[in-house]
Parts: sequence; structure tokens; C-alpha cells
Amino acid sequence: MKKKILAVLMATAMVFSMVACGGKADDNGLIKVGIINNDPNESGYRTANDADLKAMFTEANGYDASFAYSLKNDEQIASAQQFIQDGVDYLLLSAADTAGWDSVLKDAQKEGVQVILFDRTIDADDSLYVASIVSDMAKEGQTAVDWLKGQNLAEYNVIHIQGVMGSAAQKGRTGALDAEVAANANWNLVTQQTAEWNAEKAQQIVQSVIDSGKSFNVIYAENDDMAKGAVAALDKANISHGVGKDVIVMGFDCNKWALEELLKQNWNYDGQCNPFQASYIDDIIKKLEAGETITEKVIIMDEKGFDASTITQEDVDKYGI
Amino acid sequence: MNAKVSKKFSISELVMKLVRHQLFIPIAALLLLAIFNLINDPSFYKVTLGYSSTGDPVLSGYPITILDFGSELAILAIGMTLVTAATGGQDISVGATIAISGSVVLRMLCGPDGRAETMQMPIVVAFLISCVVAMLCGAFNGVLVAYFKIQPMVATLILYTAGRSIAAWINNNRLPIVKEESFKVFGGFIPGIPIPTPFFIALACIILMTLVLRFTNLKLYTQAVGINESSARLNGLNPAMIKFITFVILGICVAVAGLIKVSRLSTINYSVVAKDIEMDAILAVALGGNALSGGKFSMGASILGAYVIQFLTTTLYKLEVPSDALSAYKAIVVILLVVMSAPTVRKWFSDLGKKLKAKASVKEVG
Repeated sequence: MKKKILAVLMATAMVFSMVACGGKADDNGLIKVGIINNDPNESGYRTANDADLKAMFTEANGYDASFAYSLKNDEQIASAQQFIQDGVDYLLLSAADTAGWDSVLKDAQKEGVQVILFDRTIDADDSLYVASIVSDMAKEGQTAVDWLKGQNLAEYNVIHIQGVMGSAAQKGRTGALDAEVAANANWNLVTQQTAEWNAEKAQQIVQSVIDSGKSFNVIYAENDDMAKGAVAALDKANISHGVGKDVIVMGFDCNKWALEELLKQNWNYDGQCNPFQASYIDDIIKKLEAGETITEKVIIMDEKGFDASTITQEDVDKYGI
Repeated sequence: MNAKVSKKFSISELVMKLVRHQLFIPIAALLLLAIFNLINDPSFYKVTLGYSSTGDPVLSGYPITILDFGSELAILAIGMTLVTAATGGQDISVGATIAISGSVVLRMLCGPDGRAETMQMPIVVAFLISCVVAMLCGAFNGVLVAYFKIQPMVATLILYTAGRSIAAWINNNRLPIVKEESFKVFGGFIPGIPIPTPFFIALACIILMTLVLRFTNLKLYTQAVGINESSARLNGLNPAMIKFITFVILGICVAVAGLIKVSRLSTINYSVVAKDIEMDAILAVALGGNALSGGKFSMGASILGAYVIQFLTTTLYKLEVPSDALSAYKAIVVILLVVMSAPTVRKWFSDLGKKLKAKASVKEVG
């Protein structure tokens, strides 16, 4: 009997708390946004991305934001449906997978929910979203290769360590280097292999090149982790690297520790992959709220490349993720 | 005429004896790889003596790389052999547990915010703490396998999936970096000694294990449990306890390998550190000619197997095989090994041998 009473009490409590939740979301002048992102633990990039969004979409800035995280597309779609039912004004989406979003975005359109994509694009008709804010990986690669070209070496013997084959970052960052190697006689690839974003594999690849006795003067690693693995192999073989040394070391993503290596002049270059999309999204929402129309669907973020000889402590603090 | 035949006979017997010896498979694989590399490019064996930035002598070259990276595998193979022998199954959570123990070492050395300039405690203390954690992980697997009678692969699947998240959680998902050079010794070189440290660590583990096997009943007991659990129990052994112990010993091996791993880079990446290393460790045990279904084992053969695997990996890297294709090549080795050790194939071989023998004796009579 006691148990029954307890159960009834708990059930009532739950009903009341649910009502309370439902009631709280009343219109109080805040813009309701539902944000669907990948798991912030996925990488340093994602952690910085999530922190940036959380800092922007606060009540102080006039937003009522709800967050949903998943690395799985179907779970993301389910949360999107939930957000649409809850009647959000804007749906911000970083999709885990490019496919499968058509129907849920059509529902959003029917309900008058505006969709803004960030970081990742999807395979859907572009009438289904108002804007997409992305990084241009090919441009990141081009910026890095242009910088390398500006070093005016007599000969470029490059160890090219690639990310997971087929990923957008790998394709973009590889494409620029491949084009340059094909166009110039004094650019050679000593080796071009994937280390799958893995520092240990990068270390073994560079170790293998060192053991073979081939000469090289550039390490072009498609992310910071792999550059670190490569540098570990160089250190072991006592090959000097960094500004004014034997080997130029290049990485991507601008992790804080990597920028610190630049500051110490152990590395030469680090390309940014900008995780700070919140201000761009905020701009768009402000414009839409003011009744303006967005003319450019695809917004490409500014991305920097840092040179070890010019980087400052402020850069490290501001751009390090 | 007769004398000739009998001589031939003894040679074939000798060959059969050799082939049956447990060390035959790893040595044959080693020779095969060695000869292949000799023909392909003799400079593979070139070892050069250089000097590190501190002026200490260091050796470098492919053979040294094999010794270096093969050693952490050899350490894991020691533990994996015991687990395999006692339980007839394998621990697939090794890579994830390395992530956990490595994460613990860094958490201890770099402090809670992961940014400490100096090490927060002696490396030995941090290592001992990581040992305890790795042994607890081993004990968790051991309890599931020994007392709850769950299949080893299924039981260790739990840590295999959860381990890397736990490792990230230990450091609040930060990436701590040890800034002191002295931490690099375990994955690098001891000043003044030109051979990589991991080799000496592996050597110490091997000597320790040899002593344990020589002066305790561990080998006898694990084999007894692996061959027939119920008769082992009837003879007064406690099979559950022995299985449990093998998992805890594997835990120690994992902690040692984890220290080497994090020392190499002075940092850790939770999602990829020691990725797929469990497969290499299991492969080392199989390549050592040990039955993956448990029972009798040879520790030496497993250790040799580990170095042979690294020989293969290094050869593939030298041939610039894409690293995402490495596992495909290793898969071929696994298939060959498994097929060779399958009972039907073994029977076919022994039948063939008998037939040849019969033919020879018929000839002799004729």
C-alpha cells in the first residue's frame, strides 16, 4: 500500500514538473534556437566550437537556446524533429552525415523554422536552409601551400602526411599540395601516405623515411597531431626543425599547444580551421529578425595561417583551441 | 642403396621434427621476411651511429626501429599469452586499457589542469598508480571471465568500447603535455646508450617473466586450466583464481606498454593511442604457434612472434604501403595461420606425410 501511494505521488510530481517545463518556454521576447551539434568530446575543434556557441547563445544576448549532441545522424534527426515540435524559431545544425535530412528540413519549412547550417554541409536542396557557414578546406590548403612557396627554397622535398582518406579536410588540404607538386619541377613528394589523423602512425611513417636515408626538408602534416608525431621522429634522429633549421614543419587546426610550438619556433606554420561560427550565425539571425534577406547562401569563414616568425602570444590566446 | 634410403629417411624425419617444433612458424616467418628484404633492398639492414642533440650516441635504421616498436608489442604478448593459455580466449581491450593507463600517468604528472610546467610527482609514483589502475581494469575483465563465466572476447568488449571514453574522462578531455625532457627516456634513449629504451624495458619484463615461470607453478597451472578445467579442479587447483591472475598480469603489461606509448609523444590522443594494438598482440601469440584455444604455450615463441609482426609492419612502411591498408596485409597472415592450424588441414598434412612414408617404404621393399 505504501508503495502504491509513493508511486502515485511520484507520478503526480512528474506530471507537475513536466507542466512546469512546458510552461517555462513561454514567449518572453527571447529568440528560441535549437542547436544540433556533434559530440564536443570528439576533438579539440569541436570542444572549442561548442564553447563558442554556448558563449554566444545566452539569455543575455537575447536567445533561449537548447542543445542536442550526437555523432549519429539518426539521433540528430530525431532531436531536430523534437526541436521543430517544441516550436523553435531557428534550427542550427552541424550534421553528422550529409544524407537523410530532406524530410525533416521540409517539416521545418512547413512549421516556419529557419535552418542554418554550420561547419558541415548536407546533401539537400538549398531552398531548405537559409545559410550555411563553412570552412573552405581547399582554401586552407592553398593558403598553406602559398606560404610554403613564399619560403623560396631551392628544392622542396616534402613528406606529406594525410588525414583519413576521403574526409573533406584531407581532400582540400591534399589537393592544393598535389597541384603545386605537379606544376613545379623542384617540388617533390618524398612520400605521401595517410596516417589517419594518428600521431603514432605519422611517427612511424617519418621514421621509415629517415631510416631509408632519403633527404627531405618539409613536413606537411594535415593536422597538428600528425605533425607532432612527425616531430617526435625527427627529434629521435636529431634532425633539426623549425625556423631557420633543416626541416620545415607544417600543421593544421591551431591547437593551443601547436601554436605554442610555433611561438617557440619549433614548428614553422599552422593553418587555422575556424571553429568560431557563432558570431556569423548571430549576424544572420539579427539580419533575418530585422526583416532583411540573406543573399549569400554559403558563407565561407575567414581562416588564417600562422607563421612562426610573426606569431604573438595574443594570437596563441585568441586563436588556440 | 639401402643406406642411401635410410639416410634420406632420417633427413625427412629431422625436417618433420623441425616443422613440428613450436618455434618453427615464427622463425620461418622471420627468415621469409629477412630474405625478402635482403633481395628487395639490402640497405634495409643498414644501421648508422649518430649523435643526439645532447651529444649522446644513438643508433638508427630499420632494424633498430623494429627493436624499438616491437618491444611494446612483446611486452603485451607476454600477458596475452598467459590469458590465451588459461582462458582459451583473448583480451581485446588492451588498446583501450593502454589509453586509460597512459591517461592516468599524464594526469598524475601534469596535475588537474594538464598544464603544469614541472612534473607533479616522480615518474615512478605516477607509473605505479597507472599500474594499479591497469591491474584493476584487468581484474574487472578477470572477474567477468573467471567468476561470471563470460566469454573473454565478450567480457573485454566492454572496456574495448568504453575504455577510450574513460581515458578522456580521467583528464577532463584535455590533452596534457609533459614538458620535461626526462620523461622522453622511456620511449627514446637512455643518455649514453645507443639502443632504444623500450628494448631494455621489454628485456626486463622477459627476464622477470622467465624467472616467474621458472620458480613458480604459474606455467603448469595455467596450462592445466587451459587444457582441462574440470580435471584441473579435481587436482586441487582453483581455475577461476588462475584465470583472474592472468588478466591481472596482462594489466601490468598494459601499464608498462602504456608508459612507453605516452613517453614517445609526451602526450596522448585518446581516440587513436595504441589503436588496434590488441590485434597485433593476439597475432603475436598466434604466430608463436600457440593454440588460441588455450592450453600449452611457449612464451619465447610469442615474444619472437611480436618482433616478427613489427618486422612485417616496418617492411610495409618501407614499401610505402598506405597505413590504412596495413591491417589488410596482416589479415592475410592471420588467415594463413588460422588455416594452417585448423584441425582439418593438420589432418590432411599428417595424412599426406603418412602416404609419402608408406610409398617410400613400399619402394624400399620393392
